[in-house]
Amino acid sequence: MNPSLQTTAKSEILFTVNGDARTVLAHPMERLLDVLRNDLKLTGTKEGCSEGECGSCSVLLDGMLVNSCLVPVAQANGANVVTIEGMSAHALMAPLQEAFLECGGAQCGICTPGMILAAAHLLDKKPEPAIADIREGLSGNLCRCTGYMQIFEAVAKAARRKVAA
Amino acid sequence: MTVHHIVGASVPRKEGWDKVTGAARYVDDMTLPGMLYGATVRSSVARGKIKNIFFSPSIDWSEFVVVTAKDIPGQNCIALILDDQPCLASATVNHPEEPILLLAHADRHKLRKAVEAVSAEYEPLPPVYTIEESEQQSTIIWGTNNTFKSYLVEKGEVNAVWKNAAHIVEGEYFTGAQEQLYIENNGVIAAYDAENGVTVWGSLQCPYYVHKALMALSGLPENKVRVVQMETGGAFGGKEEYPSMIAGHAALLAMKSGKPVKIIYDRMEDMVATTKRHPSRTRHRTAVTKDGKILGGEIEFTIDGGAYATLSSVVLSRGTIHAGGPYYWPSVRIRTKAVATNAPPHGAFRGFGAPQSLFAMERHMDRIAQVVGISSVEIRRRNFLKPGQTTTTQQVIREEIDLHHLLDRALELSDYAEKKKRFAQENTIGAHKKGIGIAAFLHGAGFTGSGERYLNSLVGVEADADGTVRVLVSSAEFGQGTNTVLCQIAAEALGLPYENVAIAQPDTTVVPNSGPTVASRTAMIVGKLVQSAAKGIRQTLTKSGLLGDDYTPEQFRAACEKYVAGHGTLQSYARYEAPGDVFWDDEKYRGEAYAAFAWAVYVAEVTVDLTTYSVTVDDFVALQEVGKVLNPVLAAGQITGGVAQGVGFALYEKVVWQNGRMLNNQMTNYIMPTSVDLPPIHVFFEELGNVHGAHGAKGIGELPMDGPAPAIVNAVEDALGVHFCSIPLLPEDLFEALRDQSPEQEASSPLRGTA
Repeated sequence: MNPSLQTTAKSEILFTVNGDARTVLAHPMERLLDVLRNDLKLTGTKEGCSEGECGSCSVLLDGMLVNSCLVPVAQANGANVVTIEGMSAHALMAPLQEAFLECGGAQCGICTPGMILAAAHLLDKKPEPAIADIREGLSGNLCRCTGYMQIFEAVAKAARRKVAA
Repeated sequence: MTVHHIVGASVPRKEGWDKVTGAARYVDDMTLPGMLYGATVRSSVARGKIKNIFFSPSIDWSEFVVVTAKDIPGQNCIALILDDQPCLASATVNHPEEPILLLAHADRHKLRKAVEAVSAEYEPLPPVYTIEESEQQSTIIWGTNNTFKSYLVEKGEVNAVWKNAAHIVEGEYFTGAQEQLYIENNGVIAAYDAENGVTVWGSLQCPYYVHKALMALSGLPENKVRVVQMETGGAFGGKEEYPSMIAGHAALLAMKSGKPVKIIYDRMEDMVATTKRHPSRTRHRTAVTKDGKILGGEIEFTIDGGAYATLSSVVLSRGTIHAGGPYYWPSVRIRTKAVATNAPPHGAFRGFGAPQSLFAMERHMDRIAQVVGISSVEIRRRNFLKPGQTTTTQQVIREEIDLHHLLDRALELSDYAEKKKRFAQENTIGAHKKGIGIAAFLHGAGFTGSGERYLNSLVGVEADADGTVRVLVSSAEFGQGTNTVLCQIAAEALGLPYENVAIAQPDTTVVPNSGPTVASRTAMIVGKLVQSAAKGIRQTLTKSGLLGDDYTPEQFRAACEKYVAGHGTLQSYARYEAPGDVFWDDEKYRGEAYAAFAWAVYVAEVTVDLTTYSVTVDDFVALQEVGKVLNPVLAAGQITGGVAQGVGFALYEKVVWQNGRMLNNQMTNYIMPTSVDLPPIHVFFEELGNVHGAHGAKGIGELPMDGPAPAIVNAVEDALGVHFCSIPLLPEDLFEALRDQSPEQEASSPLRGTA
């Protein structure tokens, strides 16, 4: 929503999204969130607060967990982006999705994509997290439905499975 | 037939895979060809006459669709109960952020600037901002006395109890507004054409509420209004009534432009303009014997309804009936009222009045205990309702509920006695004070009194030729598990695998009106109807000679195929029938308020840090009796989620008001609990069963909102020895209360021990 949006020229952004090379024509200051949702039709990434507080729009940008509502798309140029749709692009995604389903980690589902990306990021760094690590790792992602307990359980379960595999 | 154990099993959430893969479709994920975006111009004052509306010449207005109250084809109101809330204010505004004009444009960025380029000139009228100002009635802002609704509940001889009382205990308690803070903001898309009328897709709880409101607004007949619920990203009551407003706005823009219009609020608009939990004030005056038995009392419960009546009368009703808690009152007089202020209307939020009046009751029980000189445990034990006794509305408790047992078990699970003793010793030194608190409470399931009778819900189940079963209800899924438990119930009734049963997307052209998705009624009331309708399918096939008493899914499929080939469709409907023994008197507010109550005892353990004045909840035990648990994982998720919202209600979530307007309408300054703020929440169920619900289920959704706040504040009092009677209880409130303590109080306070 930057006021300069209408005055700046669009430019070509080349990046990898969920393993595929993608090119979009966008204003450099356009939010990565909008490019993902509107241009690439990847609507699994959700908007909750537009100010980087709720984490619903979390994606991985070159392996870093970012709020895509705060990232100008120019910053994603040349980067590797993983969204919730990128199951095949990230080895931890499928076990996390299964564990969330089994443990009741998703209720209304709106925070779930961001939460799963945050969990994938956490397990990347810490394959065998303690409960305190899980709490800390997910603290940038708000969930109003679950009270988080079943999310913690899901992340721990996915980690155990991954380690055992 | 094969024995199935689908009900009571933690089968996966029906729409779960779509949710964890990002495939679930919420309204903002949908676009229609040629779609415009809509936005709302809102009032900047709390109360005034609109004199003029100015359109800045800096904008080319010919590009925009502009809708005012004059464009409304039908009635300018949001039809609900009293129909007093306009869809668009025309002559006067009664609260800040009241919608006065609508704009639409294909470019969202231009729209935002255009909204800022419209301004209104007002002739100010004197506003009313608080319960106290409203009840003084020196300025009348609604009706003749600023009162939307009042109730009087009377039982026994209250006037006679005072003279026999060993103690008369008084207390005044307050709860603040609370934002539902669903992570998905309000949003809808509306489309219109002359042939099909209006269609609205939206994030909502009650498709038929929106349907009714759109009919009144558009002047269109029933069959020209269609409402479809999209996947809904949280609601908690916040999408019970407001979707009728935003749907109306999008519909008006679509009707005027002939194009589909999407309105998605951003977080700031959603927080500043839509409903919140009613702020409340409760006064207790209680007569007790020397050993702590309640003789009787007076309870005065008042809620701030905001500027329009909306749902305040029903919120007040639930708050009224729950005001006496799970205790036996030989005599009681409960006077309650919902008053008007010039703030956006307060509305439904999980618990619906009960968390407010129960906070007061459970804080007051601790206060009575102190006055009498007995423990928090003992005061409750001596006053618990028992089977055969009557509630404040004189409803006889027919369930075999044993609250003593529930309390004992909760104390044991939380290691209460040991901790209580240990904390008292440890609190003599150091700047961290620990405390433990309990709350006992109940929550009625379903609509109050004769409500379910009026709703007259209808539920359908249909089977296709391929043996697939579909549940047809307007009951919406927004995280609680509606889809899953209703499919479990249907599968169990039909002896089919869970996978063979689906649920229709709520669409008023497809599903019957099974009532709104509110009031902890879905599993119990709608579930029972789903069970009946499913059994109807089976009976139809059996009676036609196509199916025996015992069958396999394949035999069921073959029977469906034959039946559908012969009759075209296979459907079965079930309509609500009020149980014969449920009697309610709306005039006297007396009788069977609810077909069933869920019961609970919660225990909270806290630490107060006297350096930062912050309160941390360290551990939480939530024990409840909820009839049959239909799906243990989903049920536990309801409890932990409700407890989390209760922690927020007690300790974090403060709406800061300035002239009737929320000042902190952002997630950065309105604070809800994060993953590091919550204690381990230990959930335990007891299952007594219930004759009125499917498989003995009772309502569960709202119950966990009622207990955490009083349990936590009781624990804070246990830690500090200071009486707090208002929530949210923020560090600054604690600081002020402790600073204001007089020296004598301080002398006897555990704070003296601070190192």
